[in-house]
Amino acid sequence: MAENSLTQHVASLEAGEHVIAAAFLSDEPALALANGAIRLGDRNVAAHPQGAILCAALDGDRLLTGGDDGRVVATSPDGATQMIGDEKGKWIDAIAAREGALAWSAGKIVRARDAKGIVKTWTAPTSARGLAFLPKGYRVAAAHYNGVSLWFPNADAAPQVMEWKGSHLDATVSPDGRFLVTSMQENALHGWRLGDGRNMRMTGYPGKTRSVSWSHDGHWLATSGAEACVVWPFKEKDGPMGKAPRECGVRPHRITQVAFHPRALVVAVGYADGLVLLCRLGDAAEILVRDSAPDEGAISALAWDKTGARLLFGTDAGRAGLLTLPA
Amino acid sequence: MSESDKTPVTVLTGYLGAGKTTLLNRILSEPHGKRYAVIVNEFGEIGIDNELVVGADEEVFEMNNGCICCTVRGDLIRIIEGLMKRKGKFDAIIVETTGLADPAPVAQTFFVDEDVRARARLDAVVTVADAKWLAARLRDAPEAKNQIAFADVIILNKVDLVTPAELAEVEARIRAINPYARLHKATKCDVAISEVLERRAFDLDRILDIEPEFLHVDDHDHHDHDHGHGHHHHGLKHFHDEEMQSVSARLDGDLDPNKFMPWINALTQEQGPKILRCKGIVSLKDDPKRFVFQGVHMMLDGEPQRDWKAGEKRESKVVFIGRDLDEDEIRRGFLACAA
Repeated sequence: MAENSLTQHVASLEAGEHVIAAAFLSDEPALALANGAIRLGDRNVAAHPQGAILCAALDGDRLLTGGDDGRVVATSPDGATQMIGDEKGKWIDAIAAREGALAWSAGKIVRARDAKGIVKTWTAPTSARGLAFLPKGYRVAAAHYNGVSLWFPNADAAPQVMEWKGSHLDATVSPDGRFLVTSMQENALHGWRLGDGRNMRMTGYPGKTRSVSWSHDGHWLATSGAEACVVWPFKEKDGPMGKAPRECGVRPHRITQVAFHPRALVVAVGYADGLVLLCRLGDAAEILVRDSAPDEGAISALAWDKTGARLLFGTDAGRAGLLTLPA
Repeated sequence: MSESDKTPVTVLTGYLGAGKTTLLNRILSEPHGKRYAVIVNEFGEIGIDNELVVGADEEVFEMNNGCICCTVRGDLIRIIEGLMKRKGKFDAIIVETTGLADPAPVAQTFFVDEDVRARARLDAVVTVADAKWLAARLRDAPEAKNQIAFADVIILNKVDLVTPAELAEVEARIRAINPYARLHKATKCDVAISEVLERRAFDLDRILDIEPEFLHVDDHDHHDHDHGHGHHHHGLKHFHDEEMQSVSARLDGDLDPNKFMPWINALTQEQGPKILRCKGIVSLKDDPKRFVFQGVHMMLDGEPQRDWKAGEKRESKVVFIGRDLDEDEIRRGFLACAA
């Protein structure tokens, strides 16, 4: 695999703790860690000094993290932190951000904070485990038991409920706003076409899907949870209905993280055994980024920088690395 | 990850006022050197600062697999996922349920969720019962009966508040429902922590025999001596609970695996809602190993265990605890699996 390997272009980084999320703040690689710290370049930022980071979202150059200390914290590229929310010790279960606005949940409590800092609160019927902003307007999708609620924080009207029986975990909305997709307890994805509420089932996963990524053109959704990266087509008006997904990166190991390149139809795929591959969607060509290292944990975070020149990854055993693509 | 690397989870149940919080505080305040993550429903009752205490909402939901009794605790899946990010910061997890909770969804969470199962193992269901009020609750509160039927360990608390005759009666009523749990009589939940934690009650390797507990000599029970009513269990009155019973069946020699496996699967599928717990050690024809299984409602977990020893009598035993079980039908079905 020597000619198809980028392993010599990977610099190893010091994480030391379960990596919850990876991101680039300006140009600085940032790793959100289970011990409440953010490893920013070679500095440690104590974002949650009394807790663990449970979830994270990137908004521009700010990394937003939610912890089991009940706090929602924004970290800037200069390492400055700002506490944005405090749920008095209730765990922050989910966080989402878009253009200066953010939303978080703690149990049934869902809050949305707009770019001006005005916070609105809504109580979900059951714990809201996944949040996503819709691309247009100021609207939040909150996944819970038996469906997803679409909430306009600035309207008094009750949220629109997209119903489907079962426990919905993470939520994501296609970049064009046409489709809403959740991962489910039953090793499946569920989708709705938002225009008419039509349901779609995406099944066949041996495990739960906990990482999804949209391609830059919004036509494809890459998903974890199988021994191949399953990529669903969303270009046509029916989305993946009646179509087979593409598969790439087939290996006898469970895929734990996926991240589409921001400019090309190339998806970075991380596995339970610590291996990282780049897969090109067109011809399924593969390039090795990091070799299998089962003792060093499963890949738990993957992120490209804005231009797609660098890929940051971390594992649940505290290993991390930074790939810089050769020019 | 091997079973012994998984974080043990003890489920603490008991009807309102039985003394769950007393037991929890006792566990946490003893100098055992262990660190616990405690999942509670109400904050504020636990007087220990340095433990990791997590609030839960007891969100029970039905799995989308067409099985109505397959309910799990969604909040528990989420909390265990979060706690595992703090791996190394605690040694064990204790889940305290509300007084009206059914233990089944908690237990089933450990059968159903692959991620939970990969990292944590259910250690035991421990039920605290009030010696003075349990008999009345068994009549009017189905939750209390569920909790007794489900238990691996029962702490019969507040025995200082009842007469020896009342105690004998409540013990007999417990045994009518669940003769297999370990039962400890206590005042202010003063039982040895080793009797509550690290029981490995769901560990198939630890299922060594299946005998009603009152046949065992209960030498851990120091209260017998304190209160002067020891050994009464030899003279237990026999009660029959109209609704909840245990059914056991035994067979000398081997079972035919081609008959037994379909039978046990069909039985737990068809009668799963009625069967709370089941357990068995069976001898399968031509198999040198004991086959052990246990289950909760429709969930079954079974595997070959150790070899039958030389000179050990090959026999098969099964036990079911449940509601309105048809004893004759279960026995007939089991005996028909003979090789």
